[in-house]
Amino acid sequence: MSVTSDVVWSEQGTTPDAIEAALRELLVQRHAENGNFVPARVLNMIAFVDREWSGEIANRLRGVGRYHASRLLVLSYEPGRERLDARVMIASEGEPEPGELALLRETVVVEIGDRHLDDLLTIADPLVVTDLPTLLWSPHGHEGIVEVLLALSQAVLLDSVEEPLAREALDRACTLTEQAYVVDLAWLRSTPWRERLAAAFDPASLRPELREITAVAVRHHQASTAAALLLAGWLASRLDWQVGPLAADGDALAGSVHAGAQDVALRLEAAPELSVPGLESVTLETASGLRVGLRRGTGGLRANWRDHEGVEREWTIPGASRGEAGVLGEGIRQALLRDPTYVPALMAARGMLP
Amino acid sequence: MAAPTTEQDNPLTAGLERQPVAPTTLVIFGATGDLARRKLLPALYNLAHDGALPERFHMVGVSRKHKEDAEFRTECEDAIRRFSRRKPDEDVLAGLLANVKYVGGTFDDDAVYSKLSTLLDGCDEQAGEPLNRAFYLSTAPSFFPVIVGELGNSKLARHEGADVRVIIEKPFGTTLEEARELNRCVLAIFEEPQVFRIDHYLGKETVQNMLAFRFANGMFEPLWNRNYIDSVQITAAEELGIGSRADYYDSAGALRDLIQNHMLQLLCHVAMEPPVSFTAEEVRNEKVKVLQSIPQPTPADIPEMAVRAQYSAGHAGGEDVPGYLQEEGVPEGSITETYAALRLEVDNWRWAGVPFYLRTGKRLARKITEIAVTLKPVPHLAFSQDGSLGVQPNQLVLTLQPNEGVSLRLGAKIPGTRMIIRPVNMEFLYGTAFLSQSPEAYERLITDAMRGDATLFTRNDEVEAQWQICDPIVGTWARTPGPLPQYEAGSQGPEEAGGLLREGDRWRAI
Repeated sequence: MSVTSDVVWSEQGTTPDAIEAALRELLVQRHAENGNFVPARVLNMIAFVDREWSGEIANRLRGVGRYHASRLLVLSYEPGRERLDARVMIASEGEPEPGELALLRETVVVEIGDRHLDDLLTIADPLVVTDLPTLLWSPHGHEGIVEVLLALSQAVLLDSVEEPLAREALDRACTLTEQAYVVDLAWLRSTPWRERLAAAFDPASLRPELREITAVAVRHHQASTAAALLLAGWLASRLDWQVGPLAADGDALAGSVHAGAQDVALRLEAAPELSVPGLESVTLETASGLRVGLRRGTGGLRANWRDHEGVEREWTIPGASRGEAGVLGEGIRQALLRDPTYVPALMAARGMLP
Repeated sequence: MAAPTTEQDNPLTAGLERQPVAPTTLVIFGATGDLARRKLLPALYNLAHDGALPERFHMVGVSRKHKEDAEFRTECEDAIRRFSRRKPDEDVLAGLLANVKYVGGTFDDDAVYSKLSTLLDGCDEQAGEPLNRAFYLSTAPSFFPVIVGELGNSKLARHEGADVRVIIEKPFGTTLEEARELNRCVLAIFEEPQVFRIDHYLGKETVQNMLAFRFANGMFEPLWNRNYIDSVQITAAEELGIGSRADYYDSAGALRDLIQNHMLQLLCHVAMEPPVSFTAEEVRNEKVKVLQSIPQPTPADIPEMAVRAQYSAGHAGGEDVPGYLQEEGVPEGSITETYAALRLEVDNWRWAGVPFYLRTGKRLARKITEIAVTLKPVPHLAFSQDGSLGVQPNQLVLTLQPNEGVSLRLGAKIPGTRMIIRPVNMEFLYGTAFLSQSPEAYERLITDAMRGDATLFTRNDEVEAQWQICDPIVGTWARTPGPLPQYEAGSQGPEEAGGLLREGDRWRAI
């Protein structure tokens, strides 16, 4: 089933009650049309967006495919707007085959203005499904609004590389972790890197090398310093390193952290050639001469390995790029999970800010 | 902060959904066969796509025909493009295929294993370390002992500094004696922890969900015994006929094809005690206890507890369809059953006296796999006679396919002025509650085998215990001349199946 079919309701000058009634009515209609239409009940997502950029956000959300939240509430904000308008869409991916079910996903777009901000909770609350977890996303900032809507949310989605300054990004993430589970897209982009570094040291014979790391170098997109700090923070928190502020060195951050028996030299450097957010390469060296390197490659990460005798090997670890839509989809999925390693990594990353 | 690093712990794996898989060379025997093309190669591609293959991964195909690596790679590519659940990423596909090699020759030819050994050593040399080796036997079962023996003779069953595993497809024997002999043969070469007997049903999310359903929800466990449960029905019905599989199917039949393995596994999941932990050994210990609690049928018991039948011509999916004996490739006068139903008892403290009805068949009314647990009726009905007519015992139905879910039949009052009860269903559908798509069973099973996690694989004593239940039936049926009872294609199955039921019980509608 790939063709999407929608039923739509819209009203100008509407109320949350009317919108909620329309949702119920559309569900009844769809079910009457075909008893095999079933509403998904997984996750609410509230997206607070600036109306002028709402098209771009809609495109990004369309790209997440099956990771679409089961109910998406878009609060589209337009300064100066007086009237509350709304559109409700209930979509399914085609008609159900006999004996099979077709899931329904609900999207509610509410157009709001300044005068609605004070009572935003009373608009949003009736429009999320009770007892489902709710993920909050405010891609255009609006920290004050986020504070308000956190009352309805258990998880908040952010992207630490979208803040212009790494310090602001990490501070903001830290503040939010005190109130909700934070899903950070900058963290999720680094998952394949973390998986492969974990795998490199997984053989029992190599695990002691983790205590012998002497140097870590990370190259990253120019605007992704926060992502590089999070990766370094992950290593530091997992390996119990005592971190301190790094120093600016041109386009790079450099310094050392204390790792028990030895210091670890850290260098986080911008890679001007990288055109997408995230990391370009990671290299770890140990006191015994082992070097483990990963860098972006075609069809997966390219591994570079130098053993204790100095013999070098290179190979590709297959893996398809998820693209930014895939990363966003993964972010939505992660709202239902819990990664206990993010907050310690974030704290360590903050400790390394110059 | 993380715990200090020890040789036992890898602190970097905490929080990762995908745990590392040790570098591995996977050798597929029967690499040009149907299973490899339809399931194994697409599963490997999807693992590669998700970045879930080991750090270093090589695949070697072994099959009878001689061909060059390049030709085999092209065949792999075609199979992946045709059967993968997602459109291949060209770069990932190329990366996967770059590490694919081929060895041609018959499975009893020493030269094949000599060449294989050289290739495997080459993979190690290229990686600079001894890679784990996994031998996947995706061949006709008659080759299993041959291949295992040759692996032993060629000293490929052990590998200094790395693990060697053997993955064996079903069927694991066609009789109890064959299963025992195969176990003897395999365990003469490999240790049991090296052996991974596949029952792909166990790799399905739905089957694993049954354990979550039972052991993560306190509300069911108090009812989950003979005091509250009246009967259990397990159904695996297919709408399709045998298609082009007459050769295999006619030598197997419904009992061997589904009941001996998959359906007995489902029964185990329903009836097993909570394991101490979800480790491979603990889970399998509990399943073996269930199987050992099922009395081995005697020839005299069999007519009372087992029914077989064949489909006759009928209608399916709006089309006229032939009967089994008219299907292409089926021998004239075949007495292979396309339908089998059993009534089993689990003679232990929890289940004594509760019948477990199992049925499976081809060309039934529709495709469905489900487990229906019927609770005992309430002891007293306070409603009027009219009002009580619609009261039925509660029934909990776990559906595995096509729509994975759980439904509970309850009695509810019909709106109106009178107290009249009718059954209603409270339904939960997995598809409505999770964002993720279930991975293919083979993706999970191949990964688990490469990681050495045998939880979802069948142990030697488990296979033998399954056969101890089915072997007397297989033997008796083989000795009993036909013709078999018939059921019309597209129907609910043979009338004779009703004879298995205890008074008052009835088969659920398919």
